[in-house]
Amino acid sequence: MSTGEKSTQMAIAVAVFFAVVALILLVTQRLRSRRGELVQSAAFVLPAVALIALGLLYPAITSIYQSFRDNTGDAFVGLENYQTIFTDSDQVRVLLNTAAWVILVPVVSTLVGLVYAVLVDRSRFEKVAKALIFLPMAISLVGASIIWKFVYDYRDSSRGQIGLANQLLNWVGIDSYRFLLTEPWNTIFLIIILIWVQAGFAMTILSASIKAIPEDIIEAARLDGVGGMKMFRNITVPSIRPSLIVVLTTISITTLKAFDIVRTTTGGNYDTSVLAYQFYVEYFRSYDQGTATAIAVLIFLLVMPIVIYNVRQMRKLEAR
Amino acid sequence: MRSLKRSGLAGAAVLLAASAALAGCADDSENDGGGSAGGTAPGDGKAECEGMTEWGDLTGRDVTVYTSIVAPEDQPHIDSWKVFEDCTGADVKYEGSKEFEAQLQVRVQAGNPPDIAYIPQPGLLQTLVGTGKVVEAPEGVSENVDEFFGEDWKGYGSVDDTFYAAPLGANVKSFVWYSPKMFADNGWEIPETWDDMMALTEEIAQAGDIKPWCAGIESGEATGWPATDWLEDVLLRTGGPDVYDQWVNHEIPFNDDAVVEGLDTVGEILKNEDYVNGGIGDVKSIATTPFQEGGLPILDGECALHRMASFYAANWPEGTDVSQNGDAFAFYLPPIGDEFGSPVLGGGEFVAAFSDAPEVQAFQTFLSSDTWANEKAKATPGGGWVSANTGLEISNLSSPIDQLSAEIFQDPDAVFRFDGSDQMPGAVGAGSFWTEMTAWIAQGQSTEDSLTKIEESWED
Amino acid sequence: MTVIPEEKSVEAIVAQESVAATAKRGLTSPWASLAAVVIAVLWTIPTFGLLVTSFRPESEITRSGWWTTLWNWDFTLDNYDEVLNGSTTNLATYFLNSVVITIPSVLIPISIATMAAYAFAWMKFPGRDFLFVAIFALQIVPIQVTMIPLLKLYVQPPFNLQPLAGSDAPGGGLYTIWLSHAIFALPLAIYLLHNFMSQIPGELIESARVDGAGHVQIFTKIMLPLMAPAIAAFGIFQFLWVWNDLLVALVFGSNPEIAPLTVRLAELSGTRGQDWYLLSAGAFVSLVVPLVVFLALQRYFVRGLLAGSVKG
Repeated sequence: MSTGEKSTQMAIAVAVFFAVVALILLVTQRLRSRRGELVQSAAFVLPAVALIALGLLYPAITSIYQSFRDNTGDAFVGLENYQTIFTDSDQVRVLLNTAAWVILVPVVSTLVGLVYAVLVDRSRFEKVAKALIFLPMAISLVGASIIWKFVYDYRDSSRGQIGLANQLLNWVGIDSYRFLLTEPWNTIFLIIILIWVQAGFAMTILSASIKAIPEDIIEAARLDGVGGMKMFRNITVPSIRPSLIVVLTTISITTLKAFDIVRTTTGGNYDTSVLAYQFYVEYFRSYDQGTATAIAVLIFLLVMPIVIYNVRQMRKLEAR
Repeated sequence: MRSLKRSGLAGAAVLLAASAALAGCADDSENDGGGSAGGTAPGDGKAECEGMTEWGDLTGRDVTVYTSIVAPEDQPHIDSWKVFEDCTGADVKYEGSKEFEAQLQVRVQAGNPPDIAYIPQPGLLQTLVGTGKVVEAPEGVSENVDEFFGEDWKGYGSVDDTFYAAPLGANVKSFVWYSPKMFADNGWEIPETWDDMMALTEEIAQAGDIKPWCAGIESGEATGWPATDWLEDVLLRTGGPDVYDQWVNHEIPFNDDAVVEGLDTVGEILKNEDYVNGGIGDVKSIATTPFQEGGLPILDGECALHRMASFYAANWPEGTDVSQNGDAFAFYLPPIGDEFGSPVLGGGEFVAAFSDAPEVQAFQTFLSSDTWANEKAKATPGGGWVSANTGLEISNLSSPIDQLSAEIFQDPDAVFRFDGSDQMPGAVGAGSFWTEMTAWIAQGQSTEDSLTKIEESWED
Repeated sequence: MTVIPEEKSVEAIVAQESVAATAKRGLTSPWASLAAVVIAVLWTIPTFGLLVTSFRPESEITRSGWWTTLWNWDFTLDNYDEVLNGSTTNLATYFLNSVVITIPSVLIPISIATMAAYAFAWMKFPGRDFLFVAIFALQIVPIQVTMIPLLKLYVQPPFNLQPLAGSDAPGGGLYTIWLSHAIFALPLAIYLLHNFMSQIPGELIESARVDGAGHVQIFTKIMLPLMAPAIAAFGIFQFLWVWNDLLVALVFGSNPEIAPLTVRLAELSGTRGQDWYLLSAGAFVSLVVPLVVFLALQRYFVRGLLAGSVKG
């Protein structure tokens, strides 16, 4: 396919798509009656709902079904797959690791992103400073893992280091440390990689949110003599609360799904595995779809508290 | 690019007759199955096209090939079937991906398989055959394999006595890399027996300048596989081929006493702080050293011995003289005792087909022939490729290590065994076996614990 | 209260400046500036190390740390030369493929999600809350789970529809990639945009309705301008995910002629290789475009996600 053909295909696809959207808007514009509003809502929501039902809901249901069947999907095995994942001796460790990831990554990246957003807000270097933190976001997770594997590289203290982390240790007279191998801390060093990536996301959303705090609120607080840490705690944070929840939620879900870092750095060895990686191994290396999908369902259940919390927050917001 | 334009047009045609398209696809494979395409092949009558013209004119037909081989190793493959394309008119489209193992599964199960896939493990072939989508090898392929390969190789390409996949490339794993120059300078001799090798090891360690062995088993998510090769190679020598076969087929438990003995023998080298990890660090550093870098200290004179397959030749930096008297070369990992002869551990790829269209069968037959093996050898001037095909002219291979490997493959007395982990179920061979061997080295896990954990993960 | 940011009074702007200053004084101290610098340095150094590495000769990379170049100047452009010219296919082709894949994969889901988010936030219809929560929860479905069922649908669609994937795929398989990216982006996009939209005060919508505006008018005339920064922000993230995506391209593309840059980069280091010199240079080649896009769109959201003050 030539360059021109590809570009033409793209132009056609985009043009057709926008024509359809415009048509929907034009046609439904005139509908005002009660029934008309229903049609209008349907026109707004249905494209999204249809795509999601097709591409996510249907596979999700297939997965749940598969999680009760054997490794090739041929026979019903009841809860056996779930039993497997809970009786495996290493599984406790995997669950603990997953917990560490899903607590530390969202909290620390959000904290770093928030503090940084406040600190560089309207400073002279704001744009550059933001671009620096944002940079890791622009690197794929695999790329980020490779970068950090390089940073964590281990060589005996007696020889020259190529990993920055151990070089720093050697410079201050500490022996080289096996960052990826020494449990349980190795999990923390892997978590740092995802924090490094996600802080940019948190910073971008939160910074924009901070800028949207109505001036009169802050002005009033300032007149009352509020400043410093107090302002940050009592005004800034509560004002951007909805955005904070969004950021924490999004990063939590991303974290639960992320397996690339473990895969690229340790391959799940040295007690660093997480649920998402276990899922990957069962599905693509052991070809055991039953166990794999059971793990996927477990991950889904773990997200439920986050979903419920969000729903309650939304209810509160609406009630206001 | 040109060919895709064609399929673009085909796509437009399909658009017009959407409903007919599905039925059309199904018809295609049924009608053409096993037969000939008719017409006269473009290369008919030419000497170099012998054996490729019987399928008729395949002009305009595509064969898609999906492999795990990516740049720069893919180019020799693409070059090697040029003669096939010229003779038959068919168009072979190559796609290589590092995510091959996972993606092939997805494509096969979703009903979008390639025509041909190069399968690097018999275990994966077994899984794929289980999906019912792999097509049995045509008669011509079977005849070629009978003629050019040993019975054992045909067995690796068969599942439940049905022959599916012909062997393609191969490699010898029972090699110890060393520096001929270093050996000459120190007056060391290439050991012919295990005891000699251990004596040399002790001698080097005693001298105290360097640690004799170096190793690396880090390989991303596949970390640990070089250690599994170590165990297999040694088990072939301590337990013999029969015990090895029983172990691979799970007729004896994974943690059988014979295996414990084998792994302990490996441990005498890999878990001995005096012997490893030359030029890199201590025992644990084996786990974090990428296997590609595991043997490099040999060039710096900081390590003397590195057990790794023939394909390690590609990992020496540019400019390294890989030859009998050069900077690096390999000797055969010596036998332990003389009870079991000279066993050889190796690996290789197999050609599985998901379609029985004439162009696919023609290509399959071509790949299993001696013609292709020699074409491939000629198309690989840099070396690093060899096949177990006995029709391969050793003189066509450019690198001395490839020639040595080919000699081993063609030696009728060699006791060859295929990489065991590649034949085990994925959960073991590409799962617990890797991770437990890694824990055995990195976390000081005992031999018994490691083997028992693997045994527990093996569900029959 | 002002609605459209352009109408903000000078006083308001001045006030906001001083407000920001106050807020900053909130954390002001030498410690605060130090913290900012430390974070910036920590976040930059790994990438910087990679940048330096990408200019070092192959043999040096595994022998000495990149910081040694400080006193041991030794740089080369060979790595970039090999990344750019080392393949039979021109790197520009991969670049173009990435662009062709990315643009529709960003525009389509954002448009659909904006409309859906508006409906979930401001329209009333039966089953609204349930649908929204369901969509939100489906964020967790990993792409890996969807691969086989979705690809099956593309290859053998029901009702004799045109197959989108397979050997005769229309557009060389581009449609499946676009569609898949759109699907996977929707839940998060709807969730994020809904959140920002629902923060817009209800009186604003109500008053517009009283003035006789329908939902379509409110959506196009009020919501879209207000949402521009939020949409731009999400657009950037979606752009990055698609640009850096390897999985969707591999699974749903399966045609080497439309392979994006990531596919090429993943294969740079060879079948058995782990070649730092190529990986590092390749990483920076692919980094250029996202960075330019970020810098170009940055001005959209320095104003604030909700386009200034609409709340309070």
